Amino acid sequence: MSEDINLTKTLRERRIIFLLLVLAVAIPIIFPFSLKTHSTPLTEKAFNLIESTPAGSPVIISFDYDPSTVTELQPMAIAIIEHAWRKNHRIIAMAMWPQGSQMADMAFSEVQKKFGEEKVYGVDYVNLGYKPGGMVIIQTMGRNLKTVFPKDTAMNDYDSIPLLKNIKTIKDIKYVVSLSAGDPGLRDWIMTANGKFGIPVAGGTTAVSAPGFLPYVNDQNQLSGLLGGLKAAAEYELLLGYEGTASRGMNPQSIAHLLILALIVAGNIRVWRNRRKEKMAKEVNNG
Amino acid sequence: MAELMKTIGIWLSAYFTLSIFSFLYKDNPFYKLAEQIFVGLSAAYWLVYTIYNILIPNLFNKLFTDFAHNWILLIPMALGIMMLMRMFPKLEWLSHYPMAIMVGTTAAIAMLLAFQSDFLSQIAATMVNPFKYSSPVDIVGTILLIIGTICGIYFFYFSKKQEGFYKIPSKVGIWFLMVSFGASFGYTVMARISLLIGRLDFLLRDWLHLIR
Repeated sequence: MSEDINLTKTLRERRIIFLLLVLAVAIPIIFPFSLKTHSTPLTEKAFNLIESTPAGSPVIISFDYDPSTVTELQPMAIAIIEHAWRKNHRIIAMAMWPQGSQMADMAFSEVQKKFGEEKVYGVDYVNLGYKPGGMVIIQTMGRNLKTVFPKDTAMNDYDSIPLLKNIKTIKDIKYVVSLSAGDPGLRDWIMTANGKFGIPVAGGTTAVSAPGFLPYVNDQNQLSGLLGGLKAAAEYELLLGYEGTASRGMNPQSIAHLLILALIVAGNIRVWRNRRKEKMAKEVNNG
Repeated sequence: MAELMKTIGIWLSAYFTLSIFSFLYKDNPFYKLAEQIFVGLSAAYWLVYTIYNILIPNLFNKLFTDFAHNWILLIPMALGIMMLMRMFPKLEWLSHYPMAIMVGTTAAIAMLLAFQSDFLSQIAATMVNPFKYSSPVDIVGTILLIIGTICGIYFFYFSKKQEGFYKIPSKVGIWFLMVSFGASFGYTVMARISLLIGRLDFLLRDWLHLIR
């Protein structure tokens, strides 16, 4: 009987917490206010990699995610494409997740609105689509890119695409950015593109996977910068000088974090009080 | 027409978002329906996409247009067909061979690359002189990196009983591990809140037009 009461109480408390969280996120979205975001060295490192690469360089952006992580990774994709286009880099998009190819199309069309007719498909960017295989595919790209991608997503032959004219293998690429929601993804690029072929690799990941990639940002430059979650996407937007979806998400993110901190403190106080009560009850019983 | 399709898409998205959110109250038929549709759609999408973007350009087109130079593709094609034999109990044994090749090659490639990037490069990355940096933050950070790596690894050294003096690095290792678990938890909270922001932003902006 008392277990049933406790379960009902727990369920009710959970629902209150869910409701509070929804309010903590919804209210700052409806009534925005301005909280400052500062860029961190990890984001700056990725930014500097793109910034320092010469104009006209062919680069790869790998869309290794699907709609489930679009909130965190799509703002990164948009910011990175915009930065690469500002620097006149020629972008080769590919995907190791089946729906990544559509994510790439969505990101390109979003950034295209800012650049208008200036950026032409096949000349300034191309979408080679999805291929399964993870690191095996990247290894094969080290021998021959055309073998892996005989056609782009629009079914154009590899040889007919002007951007790919002088690109035979992945060694012709100046840097790789993998936007990765899991496996296959960034780890395969670090191991193969950087570890085997020595190509600079930067990454954008969901916040959940970011701690696992931090050790790769080291003196060996296994990762040339890491964007972890929506916060890092907001930092990148800040570095580019515009306010996008990630920057707008920082207000609700901060308020929700404050609420969670308050809940953790309240939970701990409650546990401490309960323990104290139990201890006192024991002492009364003993003597 | 395009505008109508967009509106229908937004309403469907809103319906499925709310159906999934309804699980927070309790399990219900709306949640179950949304979950099943998601699983079915994902599988169908993956199958169709694989046929049109992998099998046709990488296999069938090459075999039909230039068989002389691509006949070797018959081998992976045969292995692929053998893999499909899993669906027939009497011929299931045939699928063991392509599976064995896949496991063997993937494990070998991964082992070589992982040894380089996760072992050699990671060890080299901790062999750093902390005093080569000018900033005190970098110096302290590098010293902590070295201590944390050594003590963290020592915590997992089980061939010597960790007592007395030997207990100290182990304890320090636990502290470093706890800090890393805390950081991981923080990042996880951030990720989950980001997902909620994404969905609420969609509902309030695109569906209800409450914000611009």
